[in-house]
Amino acid sequence: MLRKTLFTVKEEERATRDGFSDGLVQAADDNSKVVALCADLTESVRMEAFRTKYPNRFFEVGITEQAMSGVASGMAAMGYVPFMASYAMFSPGRNWEQIRTTIAYNNVPVKIVGAHTGLSVGPDGATHQALEDIALMRMVPNMEVFVPCDAIEATAITQHIAKTVKPSYLRLTREKTPLILSDEYEWNGGKAYIMSFPRHKHGGDFMHSVGIIACGPVIYEALKAAKELEKENIGVTVVNMPQVKPLDGGFLLRFAKDVKAIVTVEEAQTAGGLGGAVSEFLSEHHPIRIIRVGVEDRFGQSGKPQELYEEYGLTAKHIAEKIRSVIR
Amino acid sequence: MHSLTDVEVQALTLRAEDIRESIVKMLVEAGSGHTAGPLGMADVFTALYFRILNHNPRHPDWIQRDRVILSNGHIVPVLYATMAHAGYFSVSELKTLRRFGSRLQGHPHRESLPGLETTSGPLGCGLSQAIGMALMDRLEGHKPNRYFYCLMSDGELDEGQNWESLLLLNKYKLTKVIPIIDRNTIQIDGYTEDVLPLESLKDKLESFNFHVIEIDGHDFRDIMRAVGAAKNSLDKPTVIIAHTIPGKGVTAFEGDFRWHGKTPNEEEAKKALKELRTFKGKVLHGEA
Repeated sequence: MLRKTLFTVKEEERATRDGFSDGLVQAADDNSKVVALCADLTESVRMEAFRTKYPNRFFEVGITEQAMSGVASGMAAMGYVPFMASYAMFSPGRNWEQIRTTIAYNNVPVKIVGAHTGLSVGPDGATHQALEDIALMRMVPNMEVFVPCDAIEATAITQHIAKTVKPSYLRLTREKTPLILSDEYEWNGGKAYIMSFPRHKHGGDFMHSVGIIACGPVIYEALKAAKELEKENIGVTVVNMPQVKPLDGGFLLRFAKDVKAIVTVEEAQTAGGLGGAVSEFLSEHHPIRIIRVGVEDRFGQSGKPQELYEEYGLTAKHIAEKIRSVIR
Repeated sequence: MHSLTDVEVQALTLRAEDIRESIVKMLVEAGSGHTAGPLGMADVFTALYFRILNHNPRHPDWIQRDRVILSNGHIVPVLYATMAHAGYFSVSELKTLRRFGSRLQGHPHRESLPGLETTSGPLGCGLSQAIGMALMDRLEGHKPNRYFYCLMSDGELDEGQNWESLLLLNKYKLTKVIPIIDRNTIQIDGYTEDVLPLESLKDKLESFNFHVIEIDGHDFRDIMRAVGAAKNSLDKPTVIIAHTIPGKGVTAFEGDFRWHGKTPNEEEAKKALKELRTFKGKVLHGEA
């Protein structure tokens, strides 16, 4: 499942928004009911390929995120599958209530695509760095929430949600990030899965066993941290959880029984996001030590993505340090 | 659409009075809800469901139906009452309004009741949905021939989403969308011109490049003429401003913004029903 060349050569990189672009065109090829709307960010959210190929099925609505939600809802009511895209701060940020009432409560299959999430938006600064979007969407009944770890997974998820009858939220990022999955990767329907097992250099058992549960491209940092810790006799298993809602509780329960502690990693506020979801579930069903890595109740700021990862504690080094603190 | 005969007007008037009776009864039974708006719009809804719409109450999801998108969801008692009288469900179910387990939610929920096209309540959300529907209708080459009636209110025009939607309506020139704005001049905190002035509403809408028709929302011939003109307008969309009297039909409620969001008690309801029945009598005997 992992890309064979990962950590061996210079990583191949592609943004999740570009993976979405491919997935949207493929979904539209497969289903003539797929339509798309954009709020004046067509190039940026990567709907250009769709617009070029299917101009009649593309709707430029201008900077009207609130009305866009309603327009998409009306399209879905007529039997279509609308993908509506903007930066996540504006959709689902600004139009949260419209999404709640006219899409989620109304229960129509609108696909909300939130681009430019996380700190990696970089220089634009805090106003444009969506860190609360997972929480916003996760709280809404009927809504399903997806966070792809790379462009390959973004393509697969886009094609998947084009086929579901539920409202969906797809979280995208701007920056090119490493391709983590192999080209043969196939969407498994939203189940969490183990991305990497720790490998003991002498084939024996690790003194400590910790699990990382992550979503989004930041999982690359988690994988690096896990490799680093192998050298210290700390076995870290890394799990990708691309579907944050509904949460794969069955997997979590089995997994939690095999590890001493769990560290969640996401490029979002730790409150209400993946870390929140995992903590809520396990505290009820299998209490275990959990540490959440993410942004801790702060706004972002301008800077290069790597600088921001350093400042907010999202690098492999920070994740490794958190894991050491758990087993100490 | 031919002009209504006197007998047809009389029949619609009686129908609207039945619907008003149902509204008062269901509101007093529910003990909460909105009174003024539903009574004020009873004539428009009667005209829609008994003269204008291409619909089939026995098959609410009939693909060829015209769509009614209720944007100001709080006036839903008039929609429920009209639907019941039109045969979508039994009139006796109206008394379950706002009760636990009822299909008649306090604000309309599409999945609760067949025949509701959308879910609404938070204001300003209807027109954009009508636009989305009409865009897909256009994508299908307007086959079958369908119209999208968006019922809105003046108070809800405070919401920015409406103005986003009006920009879109102009952009796409969706002449199959027919917005009908209930211009009853009241909202919860007072008269619209005191709370947040809207005038000149007609000028504003015309500057958005729409045909604007102002009508007496209690005059069936006016309502029919305006909808007919809207259907015949193919160059740009038509917006109908229906001037109505909030609380229409019950003197004690008429024109008083305090009746926007409260319901009559039993005593007030008794008087209201008596007046409505008297009015029915007046029509019956006055025209004879």
